Amino acid sequence: MGQKMLMKGNEAIAEAAIQAGCRFFFGYPITPQNQIPEYMSKRLPKIEGGCFLQAESEVAAINMVYGAAGAGARVMTSSSSPGISLKQEGISYIVGAELPCVIVNMVRGGPGLGSIQPAQSDYYQSTRGGGHGDYRMLVLAPSSVQEAVELTQMAFDLADKYRNPVLIMGDGLIGQMMEPVEMPDYQKPADLPPKTWAATGWTPQSGRERAIINSLYIDPAVLEKHVVHLYEKYAVMEQTECRWQEEMTEDADYVIVAYGTTARIARSAMRRLREEGIRAGLIRPITLWPFPAAPIAKAAEHAKAFLTVEMSMGQMVDDVRLAVDGRKPVHFFGRTGGIVPTVREIITQVETLAKEGK
Amino acid sequence: MAVVYEKTGILTDTPLHYCPGCTHGIIHRLVAEAIDELGIQGKTIGIAPVGCAVFAYNYFNTDMMEAAHGRAPAVATGCKRVNPDNIVFTYQGDGDLASIGAAEITHAATRGENITVIFVNNAIYGMTGGQMAPTTLPGQVTTTSPYGRDPALCGYPIRVSEMLATLDGPAYIARCSVHDVKHIMDAKKCIKKAFETQIAKKGFSMVEVLSSCPTNWGMAPREALNWLEANMIPQYPLGVKKEVE
Repeated sequence: MGQKMLMKGNEAIAEAAIQAGCRFFFGYPITPQNQIPEYMSKRLPKIEGGCFLQAESEVAAINMVYGAAGAGARVMTSSSSPGISLKQEGISYIVGAELPCVIVNMVRGGPGLGSIQPAQSDYYQSTRGGGHGDYRMLVLAPSSVQEAVELTQMAFDLADKYRNPVLIMGDGLIGQMMEPVEMPDYQKPADLPPKTWAATGWTPQSGRERAIINSLYIDPAVLEKHVVHLYEKYAVMEQTECRWQEEMTEDADYVIVAYGTTARIARSAMRRLREEGIRAGLIRPITLWPFPAAPIAKAAEHAKAFLTVEMSMGQMVDDVRLAVDGRKPVHFFGRTGGIVPTVREIITQVETLAKEGK
Repeated sequence: MAVVYEKTGILTDTPLHYCPGCTHGIIHRLVAEAIDELGIQGKTIGIAPVGCAVFAYNYFNTDMMEAAHGRAPAVATGCKRVNPDNIVFTYQGDGDLASIGAAEITHAATRGENITVIFVNNAIYGMTGGQMAPTTLPGQVTTTSPYGRDPALCGYPIRVSEMLATLDGPAYIARCSVHDVKHIMDAKKCIKKAFETQIAKKGFSMVEVLSSCPTNWGMAPREALNWLEANMIPQYPLGVKKEVE
């Protein structure tokens, strides 16, 4: 661990990426993530081999990522909700071509131009693929600046390991908030496979197959095989990459499920509820995909009910219901449009459940 | 027996899927011969488009990437920025480059991105079955301009080479044709010049090649070449539009 610094989430993510060997960044301005490209534009030109490029659009930026990833580089782009929508075409191609990259979404209110305030209403888009076709992405949801740093570095390793993009889903608060952070001494895992598939120039004497970075499989039987291959990777991810944090769930009557910024607020609510004598617990998904269904299913054995809290009209709550599988009631509380729920609001929700014996 | 002609090794042995009389085959050969003669196979990465040339990665015997519709210049940018010593070219049709990819080509050009663009203009969408392109001539009948392209309704064809030549970024822009042997030889020189421009790190280079589409124009191959010469060249004058020494 290095020195403790006070950093904005966006800047910390950018620095963490550089520490993890990211030398290429392609982006386009949109609030509330502008500090990521701004930071990269200052730092990358000063690093040998580094390149920051402001693209003409989010569409171009994600396709520059495709080209850089195809050439074997560690590469990142970042944006916020409307910009991430524009990147979906490119993300689908990147998945199809099995290219590793890291994408950051500092989610803001939607739909449409929405607002520039924090939101979590891109959960469906992030966890169900987002673009066209059958696919998934690892989705990492930090709830502090320190965790954003650690997940960013892990994201590059996971992307390389699976040859699949990894999405960091923050929100305006995570991006804009300043917190003390320590940059870990990043060590690249020794077992990452070499990028022998990258397009770097080839002749018949190169001793490898000619590289073709491509997502087109015109023969349906071949495409089906390719998609099944992608889903075999996703099955491994579901088994090995699921991450979550549990607090006081062992004896909890009421289990709150929340991620990112909302989980921090829910944690405060949970502690206050415990002081009141209401046995509340918290499950915080860190990977939104794969979704940590197992700890929720386990908690459903003893909990009276679940409360999912989100900065949306209720998207993750569907995954919580799937995990609980009808065994216990799953309630929902959310604020949307860029409004952040308060500790008081969550306490009231759980108090009401306890009072009514739900 | 003396060998008088040999296919360049920069084309694979995969049979081309192009329609009879289509000039993509000629243009592929010119690009491949330029790569061969410049001795840059081991450094070259081609970016295939969406459209008739979507399978170009099966034909060019170099490392290849397949881009989304119109995005080849952005993909080429990412690739080139990672390995600036690679020679990176895109091969794009007029629907891909001049319509959906208008932003990507314009900004790659104005950045002076050190890539080479082979722009095949046949005034129609070929792969999808002959719809109107941004380059379709006024009055030209296509499946989505069945009464002929009416400029009052859907505007005028874009002269991409002239438009991009107004920018400061490009180092070399030329328009050629492949309707007869003389012009094919000229096109070869321009394509080679474009790659040389990139090798010399002078910046963005593009060769627009006027091409025929007998199938979707509804003409015999010879007739299509005559139509190209008589109708496309007046609309799209040949020549070097920009050259930075």
